[in-house]
Amino acid sequence: MSRHVLMSREVLLSGAILVLLALIASRFPAFITPANLANVFNDTAPLILLAIGQMIVILTRCIDLSVAANLALTGMVVAMINVALPGLPVPVIIACAIGIGALLGMFNGILVWKLEIPPIVVTLGTMTIFRGTIFLLSDGQWVNSHELSDPFKAFPRAEFLGLPVMSWITIAAVLFFSLVMSRTTLGRAFYAAGGNPHAATYAGIDVGKTQFWAFTISGALAGLTGYLWVSRFAVAFVDLAGGFELNVVAACVIGGVAIMGGIGTVAGAMLGALFLGIIGNALPVVDISPFWQLAISGAAIIIAVALNTQANRTKGRIILKRAEHAS
Amino acid sequence: MTDTTRVIPDRLQSPLQRRVKSWESLLLAVAVAIFIVNSFMSPYFLNAWNLSDMTFNFTEKAMIAFAMALLIIAGEIDLSVASIIALASTAMGAAVQVGVGTPGLVLIGLGVGLLCGAFNGVLVTRLGLPSIVVTIGTMSLFRGISYIVLGDQAYRGYPADFAFFGQGYVFWVISFELVLFAVLALIYFVLLHKTNFGRAVYAIGNNPVGAEFSGIRVARVKFILFLLTGLMSGVAAICLTSRLASTRPSIAVGWELEIVTMVVLGGVSILGGAGSIPGVVIAAFVMGLVTFGLGLLNVPGIVMSIVIGALLIGVIALPRLWDKWRAHAAKG
Repeated sequence: MSRHVLMSREVLLSGAILVLLALIASRFPAFITPANLANVFNDTAPLILLAIGQMIVILTRCIDLSVAANLALTGMVVAMINVALPGLPVPVIIACAIGIGALLGMFNGILVWKLEIPPIVVTLGTMTIFRGTIFLLSDGQWVNSHELSDPFKAFPRAEFLGLPVMSWITIAAVLFFSLVMSRTTLGRAFYAAGGNPHAATYAGIDVGKTQFWAFTISGALAGLTGYLWVSRFAVAFVDLAGGFELNVVAACVIGGVAIMGGIGTVAGAMLGALFLGIIGNALPVVDISPFWQLAISGAAIIIAVALNTQANRTKGRIILKRAEHAS
Repeated sequence: MTDTTRVIPDRLQSPLQRRVKSWESLLLAVAVAIFIVNSFMSPYFLNAWNLSDMTFNFTEKAMIAFAMALLIIAGEIDLSVASIIALASTAMGAAVQVGVGTPGLVLIGLGVGLLCGAFNGVLVTRLGLPSIVVTIGTMSLFRGISYIVLGDQAYRGYPADFAFFGQGYVFWVISFELVLFAVLALIYFVLLHKTNFGRAVYAIGNNPVGAEFSGIRVARVKFILFLLTGLMSGVAAICLTSRLASTRPSIAVGWELEIVTMVVLGGVSILGGAGSIPGVVIAAFVMGLVTFGLGLLNVPGIVMSIVIGALLIGVIALPRLWDKWRAHAAKG
């Protein structure tokens, strides 16, 4: 039953994306050329990477509002490392980025796991702490393009089989986490911990520890995205990706991830991110002011969550369901 | 994680009460400590006018925080409040351009706030959608409409008598906003702690199913709470617009997080069911004092946010660490 619903939700969303593309193409055929679609995918890559991490966190009934601040902090740190040690090879930089991001995520995870502080409070706090730390580290200064080494900037843009490396990393992450979620005990534990924490505990799953790993993965992905973002745009500053955490949550919600936990897939998160990415890229093409984007993504979130909830409603036992919503 | 930390309702009375009280006294001690430290750190702190200026740091946010506290106690949340300010302010700015006077502007500000609150309320109570997602959506939607209307422009030219709400003083250094803050604090105190409605809010937060079965109209109470939160955002929009005398779509950006921080710092459980208005009032002063004191010391705003963030986590983590340490000590 639930598997059926999941499948249909992703098919539905794919359909919506195709209709959207068809609408745009009917007036601007150039938009759906493979080259442009590849561009759109590459532009959406950071959102997809973060949405995967956020999806896992939301699966376990948590939320990570600190991802954008984590991204900006890690991006600033690796940029400063690059300025200080221009000779450091890019793989080391990437390892640093993933490591720093994962550490920041673990900090969230420890607070949620060991002190049982509600995740929204933890990540609200660490969000402002991370942003403030960027300011302390950088003294409010920007790290600009000319200060960064050429290999540092060139890596995500390097083309490989017609696609930039950034796109390949994203594709690899989607495949890797699809496997993790469906084929490993940790992946199944994420679903179990969110779907029914009590049952998960009786089944021998440490719910708190599972949440800790979810935050760690989300942090590691945010760190990786931090390097990709800073190197692609060749700039690091305090307000980098400000407010991006909401786009990430929006991508998850549109992708059918249930905010009450236990339901969601990597493919769904990716499709949700692509939906937002296509709208963002299409607006200038169809000559609508980019100022419309915020309102459109807001409306998309509301419509998506309304549809998701309607799809789940067939299960019955209304009173109990309501209680779940309220708590 | 959520279920194990919930207060068991049949022990609601005395231990909870004691805990809430000790929380407020802890917070009050923090506020007094910050006050004393501030007055030693900066020679400009102990000045009636400076202290009066300080109150503008929190009055507008606190007005919304009162309604938000009730909403969070009832187990819901509204992240769209800052965007409601933006939309209400934009509507007032647009009305100024066609020559609406101050009374009309006030009505428009309150009306837009109520409408936005009703929109959130309908989505949550009628369609049964989770409030955190709904209000993340309306947060983008409401501010998005402001961006569509204004783009990179700004509305100015508010009438001279409109300035009173954000810049006027009732008596000596006592600003209109401070008086409004005090009056609203009193109203919300009575509403939450002295009325049936307030008891219903706690009941819903502790056990929504039980509340439903004991005859409380859960959906209606929640709807009213969303209305109140929207209305308070409208009130804050009037004060802020009047104080700034201009409207940009980026007005009050990020306030929702500061307001939630204020509420949680005030001892309201983010899981619902517990909290008090006096706690929120003290938390408002704590946040105002911290930002103002650091401002006098020329600490940049972004660094203050570290302090606020650390305060939010620390103030919740420390008692839990203490409990853990004591339990550990008792065992060993």
